Amino acid sequence: MNDQVLSVILTIITASTPLLLAAIGELVVERSGVLNLGVEGMMAVGAVSGFGAALMTGNPYAGVLAALVAGALLSLLFGFLTLTMVANQVATGLALTLLGLGVSGLMGEAFVGQPGVHLERLSIPGLSGIPFIGPILFGQDFLVYLSLVIVAAVSYMLFRTRTGLVIRAVGDSHQSAHALGYSVVGVRYLCVMFGGACSGLAGGYLSLAYTPQWVENMTAGRGWIALALVVFSSWLPWRIVVGAYLFGAITVMGFSLQAYGIGIPSQLLSALPYVVTVMVLVLISRNRALMRANTPACLGQPFVPDR
Amino acid sequence: MRLVLEKRAGASGRMAILSPLIAIALTLITGGIIFALRGLNPFSALYVFFAEPLTTSWSVEQLIVKATPLAMIGAGLAVSYMANVWNIGAEGQLTAGAILGSAVPVFFPEFQSPLTLVLMLALGIAGGMAWASIPAFLKNRFGANEILTSLMLVYLIQLMLDWLVRGPWRDPKGYNFPKTIAFTDWQLLPQFQVLPPSIGPIYINLGAIFAVAAAVALAFMMGRTLKGYELRVQGIAPRAGRFSGFPREKTVWFCFLLSGGLAGLAGICEVMSTVGQLQPGISPGYGFTAIIVAFLGRLNPIGALVAAFALAISYLGGESAQVALGISDKTARVFQGILLFYILACDSLILHRLKFIGRRPRLAEAEA
Repeated sequence: MNDQVLSVILTIITASTPLLLAAIGELVVERSGVLNLGVEGMMAVGAVSGFGAALMTGNPYAGVLAALVAGALLSLLFGFLTLTMVANQVATGLALTLLGLGVSGLMGEAFVGQPGVHLERLSIPGLSGIPFIGPILFGQDFLVYLSLVIVAAVSYMLFRTRTGLVIRAVGDSHQSAHALGYSVVGVRYLCVMFGGACSGLAGGYLSLAYTPQWVENMTAGRGWIALALVVFSSWLPWRIVVGAYLFGAITVMGFSLQAYGIGIPSQLLSALPYVVTVMVLVLISRNRALMRANTPACLGQPFVPDR
Repeated sequence: MRLVLEKRAGASGRMAILSPLIAIALTLITGGIIFALRGLNPFSALYVFFAEPLTTSWSVEQLIVKATPLAMIGAGLAVSYMANVWNIGAEGQLTAGAILGSAVPVFFPEFQSPLTLVLMLALGIAGGMAWASIPAFLKNRFGANEILTSLMLVYLIQLMLDWLVRGPWRDPKGYNFPKTIAFTDWQLLPQFQVLPPSIGPIYINLGAIFAVAAAVALAFMMGRTLKGYELRVQGIAPRAGRFSGFPREKTVWFCFLLSGGLAGLAGICEVMSTVGQLQPGISPGYGFTAIIVAFLGRLNPIGALVAAFALAISYLGGESAQVALGISDKTARVFQGILLFYILACDSLILHRLKFIGRRPRLAEAEA
């Protein structure tokens, strides 16, 4: 029984980490006033790049690096269009998703059916061996710890440092930030690239740790769920952890119930995360005061400095 | 030297017409480079991909078949996006329409009369509208972001379709394939023979006529009626729309029901023509490609009709390039994505112009 609970908890952590990584990256992007709907596309390209690089080098860490770089590069394309060319952010984000899914399908054709390289879990002598809590606290792969470190760092950075203040100023009133002499477009470029790198990592986690293989469309809407998580968190970093683990738990619950063969159609269980996403969006959005207080005021608005 | 954008005094009429053409030209150039990198002759590859679909009567027929759902959905989305209502779940509304319309032959396989056809089409539209009404309701009642809800509903309805055709709606004589019974006679769209000059007789089905009618009707609405004016004002100047007292909630309902209904019609038309029964994978992503169609048509319903042909060529070209050149049919999706990027970049040149500026002279240098 203990073993079963342990394995469920471990699966929940692996299912939650990609959502957490993608959502914390997007949170920073949105805090700077940019809405990048291309998370799903960046995740897909991150997943295929990470898988490919790990397969070719035999080193999962090379895969992680490739996923991160691929996500950041793709987000640069989004940045060029929305920040330099001032294109519509919603449309460009959709374009990024469509392109990312297409490119990943094409890149991944050679990888279909190939056994992947698994990102191994840490094992700290003595600590990881402690029954039950050992594997949970000390036996994860490094990206699980990294994701939580990123959340802590983002939280500290946004609310305790000058950099964070500038990012929030750019997101809440780009005109004022510009008038004070900050480079609105420059700050947004950096935030967009951070978000891209996080999305890429999230994709890489899927193809290196969650299910070490490449399947087309393996992101399965996780990029969109991450976007919903940012709304759920009302743009506060630590709430992303709660949201991501809640969704991870729901996904795993679906799988476990399927495994027990209860007479519920498998499609209904697969649908759970999507249903919950809609419900969560409704619950959080109906609190209009909270939404108004926390939504970055310039979210999605184009900025062309006066010259 | 830096590249910056500068606002134009007004929208450039010339760029408004040129921007989709420039975007297509840039996509072709990029495509040629991609082919060359893969060791193919870029010119013959581009010919196979983009020109060959126009040469035989069979392929022109296929082109119209593929353009029909794209034009139908694209016209509805163009109106929605023009009014700043972001329905991106057309793929789901297409599936919902296909499911509800197919209920007629599944439950009453013997029911064969012209009424069957009308009923199936009506239920198709109703199914698309019903599925689109969920994000519209959640947006108006709770302020839930329609982009995310409409997209989540795509995954939901696709799982529901999967469950239906594997479970209760499966053809009992279908050797366990996940399909409903094959539709016959009045459960299928009638076809017409048309005789364009030079390429010989081709068959088109009723869906193509619906697509043209929808584009013309919506273009009239947008350009010549108060409703169209209302929608355009809300899209271009939301604040002005609010001050004019145009009801935002009604607009959200209108746009979702319109674009959802058209997507549902496209779905049931697909099932009643090309596919001929309900099964998973009734659409190769028409609902998502129609987003590109709407933008390539500059958010104009007639423009979407023209753009639908451009995107239909990429679908067909992808298939023929796979056969003739041995390259993946997934190339088509990459081209479609690249095309949308170029359109969006070119569109911002309508309101802005690109300018190279040198290093700004320092104050001291300027004074000296």
